Amino acid sequence: MASTAETPALAGAPSPRSNRDVVEQNLARRHRNEAIFRFTGLGAILVGIALVGVLFGSILIKGVPAFTQATMTLEVDFDPEIINIPERPVLQASQSVAEYEQALLSWRRRLAFVNWNKVIQASLAKVLPAAADNARDAAGMIASGERIKLRDMVEADPSIVGTTQAVSLVAAANVDVWLKGNIDRTLPQHMQQLSKLQQEWSDELYQRGVISMAFSTALFTNVDSRSSPATAGLLGAIVGSVMMMLIVLVVAVPIGVMAAIYLEEFAPKNRLTDLIEVNINNLAAVPSIVFGLLGAAVFINFLGLPLSAPIVGGLVLSLMTLPTVIIASRASLRAVPPSIRQAALGVGASPMQAMFHHTLPLAVPGMLTGAIIGVAQALGETAPLLLIGMNAFVASVPSTPMEQSSALPVQIYLWQGNELRNFFEARTSAAIIVLLAVMITLNALAIFLRNRFERRW
Amino acid sequence: MNTLIVIAVILIVLSLVYQWGASTSRSVARSAGVKMHSRPVYYGLLLVLWCAIPAAVVYVLYSLFAPTIINSMILSYLPADVAGDPQARVSAMSRIQNLASGFGALGDVPDYERQAARALTSLRWTANLAIVALVAVVGVLGTLFARSRIGPEYRARNRVEWAIKALLITCSAIAILTTVGIVLSVLSEALRFFTFVNPIDFFFGTVWNPRFSSTGSGGQGDFGLLPLLWGTIMITIIAMLVAVPVGLMAAIYLSEYAGAKFRFISKPLLEVLAGIPTIVYGFFALVTVGPFFSGIGAALGLDVQATSAFTAGIVMGIMIIPFVSSLSDDIISQVPQTMRDGSYGLGATRSETIRKVILPAALPGIVGAFLLAVSRAVGETMIVVLAAGNSPVLTANPFEAVSTVTVTIVNQLTGDTDFASPQSLVAFALGLTLFVITLCLNVVAIYIVKKYREQYE
Repeated sequence: MASTAETPALAGAPSPRSNRDVVEQNLARRHRNEAIFRFTGLGAILVGIALVGVLFGSILIKGVPAFTQATMTLEVDFDPEIINIPERPVLQASQSVAEYEQALLSWRRRLAFVNWNKVIQASLAKVLPAAADNARDAAGMIASGERIKLRDMVEADPSIVGTTQAVSLVAAANVDVWLKGNIDRTLPQHMQQLSKLQQEWSDELYQRGVISMAFSTALFTNVDSRSSPATAGLLGAIVGSVMMMLIVLVVAVPIGVMAAIYLEEFAPKNRLTDLIEVNINNLAAVPSIVFGLLGAAVFINFLGLPLSAPIVGGLVLSLMTLPTVIIASRASLRAVPPSIRQAALGVGASPMQAMFHHTLPLAVPGMLTGAIIGVAQALGETAPLLLIGMNAFVASVPSTPMEQSSALPVQIYLWQGNELRNFFEARTSAAIIVLLAVMITLNALAIFLRNRFERRW
Repeated sequence: MNTLIVIAVILIVLSLVYQWGASTSRSVARSAGVKMHSRPVYYGLLLVLWCAIPAAVVYVLYSLFAPTIINSMILSYLPADVAGDPQARVSAMSRIQNLASGFGALGDVPDYERQAARALTSLRWTANLAIVALVAVVGVLGTLFARSRIGPEYRARNRVEWAIKALLITCSAIAILTTVGIVLSVLSEALRFFTFVNPIDFFFGTVWNPRFSSTGSGGQGDFGLLPLLWGTIMITIIAMLVAVPVGLMAAIYLSEYAGAKFRFISKPLLEVLAGIPTIVYGFFALVTVGPFFSGIGAALGLDVQATSAFTAGIVMGIMIIPFVSSLSDDIISQVPQTMRDGSYGLGATRSETIRKVILPAALPGIVGAFLLAVSRAVGETMIVVLAAGNSPVLTANPFEAVSTVTVTIVNQLTGDTDFASPQSLVAFALGLTLFVITLCLNVVAIYIVKKYREQYE
């Protein structure tokens, strides 16, 4: 049998043998290219995953130490000589509320003017006799915000005046920095933040166990503070963020779901619907800062809502999240098989009944997932909040959404800009860890809900 | 507490109304011996709507106008000299409010204040009583009206569904309203800016030096857009140089090479990058990436600033990787399998198939994804605020500090409530520029991606 190579029909073509040679010659190169291409792809993914690792690693390494903080437990003498205040006023029958409030205010003022530094110095002198003669150095050892802690203790229970209580006081930020080694100890003295005496005291107290690295509850129970960095905390920011997330949940999710239902099931297919469609897709890609401009112009300038208030932040974030919720809800409505709807229509349900009794319940898990992811996104958003004044320094916990407040991402922005860099770098990282932990929890919840309740058809 | 009781009362009343409607429809059906047009649920709901909506309208009107009316009535109690002086008027009004609420006021209380407070108390009582009565009457009338129309032929379901549909349409309209709001607010403020500064000077100016608003209108600064736009473009180019190769290769590997297991693990890991808030990237760029590059630069004898276009661009690129990869992944997996099979049948290797067949087929979609990524990079704010260095100069050196459109919006508008100076209004002109740029990119990209999807459907 003659092989095809020898048939005269192919005489004009290059000989198959040489053709095969060409292929074989190139094969090694082609396979090499194939391997290179493949490994580039794998490399790209590994690079991406490695970057996730580097990002989390660097934040964790910086931030985790900030969750513990140099804290000293001292026997504090509430000395009536120093804390010389009258009885706390009570509301008399003959007084109006305004008069009582004024009396209380002047009592509080007396309390605030007590020389708390002296109280602290006296208690420090119990463990460090030298502190009795160095008032300045002694006051610099303890975070200045801790004076307020002592004051609050007396205000809550004036009867402790005259007693001695063991109180754990947060050490000053510079002491914390010194003990954690976040400052170069070999720097000349004029570049150090602590005086020579304070450095010796810190080391001595740390060795004796008076100063220990305790969990920093201040980070979660205090509000931001400028004068006392060591006790600056996230409470106000967390409450503000929670309020804004609730507003997003209450505003964006119902509106988004209802808009999705209309667009997916009831909207006639015409140019107006097309326009809404393009518009929603476009809104999802509009930079978040533009929503901040909208908030500044409409909510603050036009409607006169207060600056820095969670209500404004929540509304701006709701508008920003709305397209995400609409798109996710439409996708999950579309994922419900049409046969369900057709069956409902077939037994006489109206389109509205088919929707609300049959399609919607099946789409709820997907919608919920989309809503949670949208809320998580809103939680991390910073830029629009800066434009509605949320970068203002706020040292209070908001009790209503109309009050001034901070927010977690904005607090991170403010802390990263603090001048006390070697203390706040860690504290900012700790705040980031808190933010990421909340976001990861939310996303994990979304994934859990999806896996638990989503039906595959 | 009070509000909760009110809400509870309203809910109880509405549920009673609902019950009444439902049971009426049943009894009508029974006595007439016919089937009703709709199920009892709808008669109940219809009664609830007729009860609640008119009453709510009345209440909203009341809360819009009542405070002004009451205020003007109280104002008539003030003597002319107090009412004429705005400052005295405000303080008198707040004292009267305090007196009326029983909180009391300090110091001597003039007779007219006491009278006004008494009048205010009684006025409030009357007003509250009147509005409660009015709301109740309107609610009852509405309910009775709806009740009177219940009959076997009455199409309650259609009416209720009409109301629901109106609600759904309103919700979808909010998405449109947001865009209209953005356009109108940003445009009107930008136009106000252009009354201060010639648009030609703004769009083609090469110097950005706005000065401070406090220097007065005499010493107006230079508002040249080009340095900012150039900073934005440079950072976007750097970001794309990072994100597109890595993202595209990752997408190719994930969709063409990776096994199901590898894909299941690595895809979510990569997408973690997309969920991290941008403020976290900004902080990462500022404290980790910037010093790292600056260190490398110093080792090579180059002057690399820690905050520069390069740092911001690289970190922004990292942020966009998952965005590019998941969009491209979607698009590549939409290329029909038959095209791959045809290519393999001709003896091509996988990488040859990808490069010569799949990528050309997917190109339009990938271009769309690329444009969306560019729009993302142009509008990104927090990374550049922290890491780009904020120095609005025209420079071709990526290792120098630059400024961008978004950074300048934040700088010009944060904490400033003064909407009258060109220094803060310029933020809206910049926002308008940003919105138009991203709008064009988005619309083109969405159009391309949509056309591409239709091509293979």
